[in-house]
Amino acid sequence: MTALAALIRRDIRIALRVGGGALIGVLFFLTVVVLMPFAVGPDLALLSRLGPAILWLGALLASLLTLDRLFMADHEDGSLDLITMSRTPLELACAAKALAHWLAAGLPLIVATPVLGLLLNLDMVATGAVALTLLAGTPALTFTGMIGAGLAVTLHRGGLLMAVLVLPLSIPVLIFGVAASQAAIVGPMTFGAPFSILCALSLVSLVVGPFAAAASLRHGLD
Amino acid sequence: MSGSNQGKLQLSGRGVACVRGGREVFSGLDFAAVSGEAVAVTGRNGSGKTSLLRLIAGLLIPAGGTIILDGGDAEMTLPEQCHYLGHRDALKPALSVKENLAFWADFLGGERGDAAASLTAVGLDHATHLPAAFLSAGQRRRLSLARLLTIRRRIWLLDEPTTALDVAGQDMFGGLMREHLARGGMIIAATHAPLGIDSRELRIGGAV
Repeated sequence: MTALAALIRRDIRIALRVGGGALIGVLFFLTVVVLMPFAVGPDLALLSRLGPAILWLGALLASLLTLDRLFMADHEDGSLDLITMSRTPLELACAAKALAHWLAAGLPLIVATPVLGLLLNLDMVATGAVALTLLAGTPALTFTGMIGAGLAVTLHRGGLLMAVLVLPLSIPVLIFGVAASQAAIVGPMTFGAPFSILCALSLVSLVVGPFAAAASLRHGLD
Repeated sequence: MSGSNQGKLQLSGRGVACVRGGREVFSGLDFAAVSGEAVAVTGRNGSGKTSLLRLIAGLLIPAGGTIILDGGDAEMTLPEQCHYLGHRDALKPALSVKENLAFWADFLGGERGDAAASLTAVGLDHATHLPAAFLSAGQRRRLSLARLLTIRRRIWLLDEPTTALDVAGQDMFGGLMREHLARGGMIIAATHAPLGIDSRELRIGGAV
């Protein structure tokens, strides 16, 4: 446990320092959402109808933005070699790294959502619904994205490949995330059904992601 | 009595073969090393010195043959009992010297030495709060050496360990290696330059 806690602490610390990934994601999220009303125009009804989708897209792209560096940085400076050799199972180390990434880069997005909801003419209930679905859904984005990050190290190709690999995996999360938000705001479906599926997607990725990423990293040892 | 000082270690490889990128680097390599002994792996560039260290560290899968450790901790695999010091220093530029060392001590676990004493031993005690980004290549290497001292492991796998170290640094490192051997440790070092300690040579891939 000490080892995993140390790994999580280190990754969060690096992300929060100058040049770390945490701020980049939030700034990107902020930019996308702030620009959207200017692009869509001053139609408040349209904005509030698009709001949840815009917030979800922004969060999805922001979390992909920093995910490709998840293992690459450790690979480049040799840390990954020592992590692989250590007594901590690689699967747990992968899970710890993903958790740290989510805490440093995913959680700030959710905290920023209420502020950005104002810009999109979302009321309290709608903003709350989007924040709740993001809280349930962003772990799925991080943990499936981790598989792509592991493969990116293995294949020695950076960001683009990773985005291509990961995007199809994140589409169900996006669909049910937005569906649950819309259900909470306008209906007619119940909120429970899409939200349960969203939670299920997160739970599945929590289990599958670390194993897939660790397998990919082991295969790519060189 | 500390656990790491007990028992005789014997590391032996039989018919080890290494293939990288579809090309056979070496094959049929036999080697042996015992505790208290330093083995200098030599050979021309590309002969597979680094590959051999990575095979022992479990970072490459041998294409043939076996590598066995006798007399080590039966609860642990061979890589878990090794320190690997590669070309890359495994340091995070954003973290300070102290934080980098503390992380590896916490993460690698096992028997701990005193981190502050290790930093003093490698001559970095004046820079503990400096971010690793500001360290020179030689200082980065010294910080990596402090990792070997802080976490006690009996087998050191060193890849060109004296690179970037100045003359005083090489002397200091020679002293650290002698202490490690005297404690019953084992050193396997890939090197071109003399190691600075008595060592047995293991030549890979014929004459230079």
